Amino acid sequence: MAIREFAERGADLELVGIQKRFPGFTAIENLDLKIPAGSFFALLGPSGCGKTTTLRLVAGLEEPTQGRILIGGSDVTSTRAHERPVNTVFQSYALFPHMTIIENVAFGLKRRKIADPMAKAHEALKLVELDHIAQRKPQQLSGGQQQRVALARAIVNRPALLLLDEPLGALDLKLRRQMQLELKAIQEEVGLTFLHVTHDQEEAMTMADTVAVMNKGAIEQMGAPEELYELPRTAFVANFLGQSNLFTGQVVSTTADAITVESAGARIVVPAARAQRHQGEVTVGVRPEKVSLHREAPAADANRNVLAPGRVVDVSFSGVSTQYLVEIPGHGTVMVFAQNIGFGPVAGLGSEVWISWAVEHGFGLEDGPDETRFQDDASTTSLAALHREALVSELEEH
Amino acid sequence: MSGEVQAAAVLGGLSENEQLDANKPAGGRVRPRRLGLGDWLLPVYTVIAFVFLLIPIAYTFVFSFNDSIKSNISWRGFTFDKWINVCNVEGGAVCEAFANSIVIGLVATVAATVLGTMIAIAIVRYRFRARSAISLLLFLPMATPEVVLGAGLAAQFLAAGVAKDMTTIILAHTMFCISFVVVTVKARVASLDPALEEAGRDLYGSPAQVFWRVTFPLLMPGIAAAALLSFALSFDDFIITNFNSGSVSTFPKYIYISAARGIPAEANVIASAVFIIALVLVVGAQVSRAARQKRLARLG
Repeated sequence: MAIREFAERGADLELVGIQKRFPGFTAIENLDLKIPAGSFFALLGPSGCGKTTTLRLVAGLEEPTQGRILIGGSDVTSTRAHERPVNTVFQSYALFPHMTIIENVAFGLKRRKIADPMAKAHEALKLVELDHIAQRKPQQLSGGQQQRVALARAIVNRPALLLLDEPLGALDLKLRRQMQLELKAIQEEVGLTFLHVTHDQEEAMTMADTVAVMNKGAIEQMGAPEELYELPRTAFVANFLGQSNLFTGQVVSTTADAITVESAGARIVVPAARAQRHQGEVTVGVRPEKVSLHREAPAADANRNVLAPGRVVDVSFSGVSTQYLVEIPGHGTVMVFAQNIGFGPVAGLGSEVWISWAVEHGFGLEDGPDETRFQDDASTTSLAALHREALVSELEEH
Repeated sequence: MSGEVQAAAVLGGLSENEQLDANKPAGGRVRPRRLGLGDWLLPVYTVIAFVFLLIPIAYTFVFSFNDSIKSNISWRGFTFDKWINVCNVEGGAVCEAFANSIVIGLVATVAATVLGTMIAIAIVRYRFRARSAISLLLFLPMATPEVVLGAGLAAQFLAAGVAKDMTTIILAHTMFCISFVVVTVKARVASLDPALEEAGRDLYGSPAQVFWRVTFPLLMPGIAAAALLSFALSFDDFIITNFNSGSVSTFPKYIYISAARGIPAEANVIASAVFIIALVLVVGAQVSRAARQKRLARLG
């Protein structure tokens, strides 16, 4: 059996038409996903979007209602968790409290009857720099150490695919940054395929080669972190991955290079290549750090979009940059991040300002900022929450 | 005076620090402190409560050394004879009853613990029809008076034409012990993180391996507590046993019957021995736990 041997290298993972229904709600509607071998892939989404369910389906801890799961080209849909060449780093670490650290790490090797499990376990502990506490019990370790043991316990098995279920969620910020770098280094060193599930967009962007943004049990957009950030296709991605200023209006003119949208009397130009839709009502956007603030009306420039004078309603200084909220009649509140190149804020609270950004920085979305699908989303999550609550109360009752 | 305060503080459960602080007023000058009502009321009450609790045990222990002839009510002099010849009286009836109780206790404990543990895991981990009803029904034997249980079961054995012997006693004990096992083990299963078993499956453990290497060791404290409880309940039981034992004698039954004509000192011997064994076990467990905690603290 393949389980008896170490994987030579990472394997690719393919999900075909996956659907998962729980009594009362659907966690995953129709999911197709292909993760190439050896990549660090992040599944990013808010809680309740189905990302953890996806992970559990791949691990074999849940069965899909429909669809197939292929690891390295072979169909594993009907095999059970212990027969899959997959290991998981659990959110709660799930270290066995009755075993020492070294016994925890050697557990998988022993079950697979791999030769010399103890030496290999010590090697894995050395990789995470914890070999000196091999004889301790998990509860004597700090959170960061437990996390590293959980990682060692998974990678010692050289799985074709390593699943990470928000493993850094319980760590404090500084430790999390350090672990992110370590994880990335380990992935490059051992060359396995990593599938990382997280709701932390910064974590996903710093660690992964490819990020898939998941919402409502489906993938909204997938790509390299820079690509997703610079060119979001939907309002959900634009706002979940970083922040965006969005403006909605009718397309009034279209050329080969650009489309022009009229929003509350102002004309906003977006490169045609960066717009998903070229006619009708379109939502366009720009990232707050791409927007400039002016104390006087800027000179007309065909390459810049300018929005009519507004008033600064909030200034928050964060050291590296300053965040301004500018109230512009007809456009609502626009967020501007300005780097502190000079000293302190350039515009005070209540002062009149103009804002502008380069045409090439704008993007046009497939959908609008508040379409009904978000209400759908709320109802799915609330259904899920209701179901969960019912289960929990039933548990507590007995 | 200071000695009295110290004694009172120790009896009353005050820590040494608190007591020192009480002697040190804010000015820093040590002033003799008046003894209030609370200072002697609590220790006196404590002593009375302990005397009340321990007198029957002390009586049993002391009278196991009584050189009694027929009844063991008045003190007739000290002897070790009863301890040495404990099985030689009345053709060894005391020891036979005691042995029966041990056998019944062990068999009923094993049966009830195995069945009860399986039921507890099923109730907590799986969703199935009538799950809540089963939970409730399992609670009933604990809430029902023993007389009702014993008489009801005896009537069934009679109706089915089953002769009463050791087997019927074991069946009866297993029946009421299961409820206690389920309740005890269920709490342990509920507090067990399902992610641990999932981690076992994820790490190539087959269902059997996951059960024996992860689930079972983690449930062990609960299962052990349930087994001890079962054995104690079975060993102690008189009412249900009396209804379902026929001519078989158990230790509680023997004592009840012989109480009418004076309990022999041999019964005191066995009761004292059981008490001493239990005491040694409890103290031993406490000492080993303290040693382990010390070791863990040193490692940590």
